[in-house]
Order: sequence, then C-alpha cells, then structure tokens
Amino acid sequence: MNRDDLWRRFVIVTPYLWLLMFFLIPFGLVLKISFADPIVAMPPFTSLFDFNKAPGESFYATLDNYRFLLKDDLYRISYLKSLKIAFFSTCLCLLVGYPIAYAIARASPVWRNMFLFLIILPFWISFLLRVYAWMGILSTNGVINNLLLSIGLIEQPLQLLYTDFSVYLGIVYSYLPFMVLPLYATLAKLDFDLNDAAADLGAKPLTVFRDVTLPLSIPGIISGSLLVFIPALGEFVIPALLGGLDSLMIGRTLYDEFFGNRDWPLASAVAIILLLMLVVPMMVFQHYQLRETDQRE
Amino acid sequence: MTQVSPAQSAEKPAWLDPATKPFIRVEGVTKNFNGFTAVDNVDLEIYQGELFAILGGSGCGKTTLLRILAGFERPTSGRILIDGADMTAVPPYERPVNMMFQSYAVFPHMTVEKNVAYGLKKEGAPKAEIQTRVKEMLELVQLDGFAERKPHQLSGGQRQRVALARALVKRPKVLLLDEPLAALDKKLREHTQFELMNIQDQIGVTFIVVTHDQDEAMTLATRIAVMQAGRFIQCGTPKEIYEYPVNRYVADFFGTINLFEGTVSRVEGEGMEVECGAIDAMVKAKSFETIQPNTRLTIAVRPEKISITKEPPDHNDKSVLKGVVWDLGYHGNLSIYRVKTDSGVIVQVSAQNRIRSAERVLEWDDVVYLSWDVQSSVVLTE
Ligand SMILES: Nc1ncnc2c1ncn2[C@@H]1O[C@H](COP(=O)(O)OP(=O)(O)O)[C@@H](O)[C@H]1O
Ligand SMILES: [Mg+2]
Repeated sequence: MNRDDLWRRFVIVTPYLWLLMFFLIPFGLVLKISFADPIVAMPPFTSLFDFNKAPGESFYATLDNYRFLLKDDLYRISYLKSLKIAFFSTCLCLLVGYPIAYAIARASPVWRNMFLFLIILPFWISFLLRVYAWMGILSTNGVINNLLLSIGLIEQPLQLLYTDFSVYLGIVYSYLPFMVLPLYATLAKLDFDLNDAAADLGAKPLTVFRDVTLPLSIPGIISGSLLVFIPALGEFVIPALLGGLDSLMIGRTLYDEFFGNRDWPLASAVAIILLLMLVVPMMVFQHYQLRETDQRE
Repeated sequence: MTQVSPAQSAEKPAWLDPATKPFIRVEGVTKNFNGFTAVDNVDLEIYQGELFAILGGSGCGKTTLLRILAGFERPTSGRILIDGADMTAVPPYERPVNMMFQSYAVFPHMTVEKNVAYGLKKEGAPKAEIQTRVKEMLELVQLDGFAERKPHQLSGGQRQRVALARALVKRPKVLLLDEPLAALDKKLREHTQFELMNIQDQIGVTFIVVTHDQDEAMTLATRIAVMQAGRFIQCGTPKEIYEYPVNRYVADFFGTINLFEGTVSRVEGEGMEVECGAIDAMVKAKSFETIQPNTRLTIAVRPEKISITKEPPDHNDKSVLKGVVWDLGYHGNLSIYRVKTDSGVIVQVSAQNRIRSAERVLEWDDVVYLSWDVQSSVVLTE
C-alpha cells in the first residue's frame, strides 16, 4: 500500500471514527442504561453484565422503563406537547423565514451580504443571554407591558411571559436563522430566467411562484424545517426559562428525571424514544438530499 | 442557401414595399440602468414572416432589447407596437410574443411534455387539444419519444429544442430567440441553423434572433441590424451589409476586409481618387455622397474582390498595388494569399481555385500585382 492509498483510507475513515466516538458509543451507553434498573449507588443503575454472579444469571436487562413510559400519561403528554410546539414553531419559522430568504436572494449583492450578516449577527451573543433578554422584554414589568401601560392601551399588565406564546416566540426567534439560511441558499441558486420563462408562457406572478419558485425551493424548505424541528423538539432552555409550569416539553422531563429523580435508566429510555422520533424526519431529509444530488448529476 | 423565407419570396421584399405595414415597430426605445444606457434610442420596423437578426458584440444591449420586446423590462422612453397595438405597458404574460432564453430556462422539475404543455395550460386550452398540439410540436422538433424525460436527462441540443417547442406551441405572433445556437458545438450549430430556418418557413412566424455570430446572422436572416453600445448602426439585408458597410466597425465585423486610410486628392462627379499613404498608392473609388477634396477617409476592399496576377493589369481604370506573396493558404475551394506591398503593408486576397491542378500557380516570394475595380472600393467616412 503506497502513501496515497494510506492517506485516502485515513480521509475516508476519519468521519466514521468521529461518528463512532461521539455518536455511536454514547448512543450505545444510553441504550444500555435504558435497559437497567435504578439503584442507589454510583453509578445509579444496575449493570448489564455482572460477572460476579453465576454464568446463567450474569446478564440482566429489563423493559420496565419503556413499559413505565407507556403507562404514565406524563410522558405521553410531554412528548405530544413537544411535537406540537416543534411542529407549529417550524411552520411559523417557515412562514416568516420564506419571505425573508426570498427578499435576500433577490436583493442586490451589496444588500444581500448586509442582510446575511444581520441574520447571523445574533449568534455573536450567547444564546442563553438572548433568552434572558426576552424575559426582560416580556415580563409583567418588562419593556412591552410598560410601553402599553404608559400609552394607556391596557390597564393591567398582560401575562406574556410563562405562556405558550412566549415559548413559540423564543423558539421562532432563536431558530429563524436555521430556516432562513438553507432557504436562501436554495433560492439564490434558482435561475431567474425560469420565472421570466413562466411569465412569458402566460403565468401571472402568483402562478409563477406556485409553479416554479415554490416547487424548486422544496429542498431548502425541507432542510430548513428539519434544522428547526429537530432541535426544537428536544429544546430545554427556552421552555424552562420562558415557558409556564404547564408547558412541560420532553427536554424538561428528561432533565427532571436525570437530575431531579436521579432515575438514569428511565431518563435514558425517554432519550431513546426521543431519538426514534427524530430518526424518521432525518430519514426523510436524507431521501430528499439524495434525490436532489441525483437530479444535479 | 436554398431556403426562401416568406418575407423574401414576395415579388418585392416587404421592407421595400410601401404598401405593407410593419408588424413590429420599435419607436425611439431607450433603456437606462442606473445611469447606464443599455439601449439607446432604437428605431426598428420588422415585417410579418421575417427572420430578423440583431447582431452585436457581447454587452451591446441585445438581450436588453429582446427583454423589452418580451415585456420583462419597461423602456425608459419610447414605444413598442406589435400588430398595430401599443404593447409598451402590457405585462409579458399578456403579450402575443414568446421568447427562447439564452439559458433555455427549461423547467428542471417538469418532464419535456409538461414543459411544452405549460403555456397551453396557462391559456386554459382543453386537455385534448393540449395533447395533440404538444405531440405535433414534439414531432416538429424531433423530440417525440422524449416526452417523459426530465431536462437533466437531455443533451444541450435537445434542451434547446424543448425551449423552442415550448415557445412555438403557443403559436405566438413573434418568436424572440436570444442566442439560440451559442451553447451548441459547431457541427450541431450548423445543423440547427438550417432546422431553425426550416421550422420558421413551415409555420411562418416572425422570428427575431439575437446573435453575436456574423456568419450565423448572414445565413439565417432576411435582414440584419448591427448593434454597438446600445445603438443600431446599420440595418439591411446580409448582402447590403456585406457589400455596403456604413463604417469600419461593420466592415470589420462581417468577414475579412482590407482597410486603407487615405486623403481624397481628386473628385470627378461620383468618382474620386484617394491617396493612401500607407500602401503608397492612388485608389480609385466611387461614392453617392458628395465628398470634398482633402477629406480623410478609409477605403475598404474585400479579399475576394481583388485579383492577383503575375503581370500588371492592362486596364488603367483599376486600383493597382505591387507586392510579394508573404503567405499563402490552400483551403480547397479557395486560396488565401497574404501579400506584402512594397510599402510593407499586408493585404489579404482570396482567389477561387478554378483550375484543377496539383501545382500552385503562385509561390511564396513571387512578385504579384493586386488590382480591383472602382466599385469594389468601399468608401467609409466614419
Ligand atoms: N438589470 C440590469 N441592471 C443593470 N445593468 C444591466 C441590466 N441588464 C443588463 N445590464 C447591462 O446592460 C448592458 C447590455 O446587456 P445585455 O443586453 O445583456 O447585452 P448583450 O445581450 O448584448 O450581451 C450590459 O453592460 C449589462 O451589464
Ligand atoms: Mg445576451
């Protein structure tokens, strides 16, 4: 094997090593823990193999945690709540993000860079700080309420914070760039001649959008939606800081099981189910990406 | 060229017959982009059934003019009339005009059939009619059998034909073609040129073709407008433009031409003698304009108008140069000679190889005489 071959193998193997180290091994560990029983010890769960016991009894695994998840309504409710919030946040991000991405893609190059810079700008400030800033804006004696009170539009301060509204606001605000950037990338690539051609063949502006722009931006819509949906589903910080007590999303439940109850096996089972819920949209994503590369070749 | 397009087949070409009305009128159209004038006060009359070429170098405003005709750009000033109706403010989707884009702009997410049917669907044509018309059109452009393909499964030439079919199926009054052949390789381009003329002949639609290739314009067009920096500098039949170019730019753009600068030394009616310093010769020329003695001008002579002989010519009403053969090229039907005159200027001459012989009549370094008739000298004052 010459040096080139070695190098090529190294380049091919590296990402797999990376995946193995930082994804597959931790996943295996969590999966393993999810089949254990909680105990008061360090670590707080029974091990899968116990070589001190007799050979027939050295392996121990249980599905109790999964059974418990199905039995207790709390988990089903928080999964559904998370799905609902992630889904509607994704829709909102799409509704807000599409026109923004479209405008940026059609702007002159100077403006385009300026807008892109503005979209990325919030990332320069810690995510946590930005969520705290929203607390300041939304709280009962925050910026919005004070403003509305001072101009006499309301008598009593509005309950904006600790509601579903504030959770949606926080998620849409935080994840909007992840929707805009892939949409922009797709829209900027579109040949504007295609729009002109459709108009030339008799399509009015809205029809041109429906027949040409929208179908050709589907890859961007899908990647943007997944980039918002996946992290929003497991989001912990935003519902914890901006959400009310009833907005129990699965991230929060997971946190409570791990750190509040120290029930690592149950928490692991929660995490595994969450992962399975994410695998489905990710496979859809993969499918479309493959199809898109197919078409370009 | 054996094809004769409708505009030419009439007893008298439409543009010379005062009784025919122009089909498209462009009246003083100007287009500014942030202070940059892309199209500058263009006037144009195009007749029904013409295959009109707009010719010019890259960036001279051809595409912009076509986009104004299609309705994508609003002219800064001026009017567009098609078939007597003012179209200046009519949006593209309501104009009786279709365009074939330089990039073809074939919809990548639709099959060939859907692409071609698109315009008819937007018209609201009945399904059965759409089907038959699309089928006919695909046969016309020889794409039957490709109906279910997606554009990325087609070659460049096939995509070009999809774009053509998609525009033609709407039966527009005018078809605008933006550099329709530029993206094709040489062989396919020549073949497609004739196909395009054939199709135009069959359906009789007025074509306006934009091109930067003078050979293409000459082969295709009934008339050519030459464009430079947003302006029309000459408009005429290919023959008119080739034989009577109005200035050095046009003369140089169409084929090879020898240019000699000089000063008018004697004028006699239409005839004149021009003293050309660089070639150290008196050139005889004719002009319909009155030209004053001492005017500085350029004499242009096409290579094929010059005779090349070993003996001095006996007619003294010709312009004569003496030189030696500097370079010669054998091109089968033609021989191209580059002759260096005594004063050191290279003059290009082409001669038909009329006699079948393996031997060359003229060799390198032969002393030769170049001569041409009075009417072969083109007088260019610009
Ligand atoms: N939308 C536009 N905005 C600004 N300048 C333009 C625009 N469209 C064309 N131009 C300019 O107008 C000139 C003519 O362009 P174009 O008509 O495309 O030339 P051609 O088709 O002859 O190559 C070019 O210099 C081009 O940069
Ligand atoms: Mg162009």
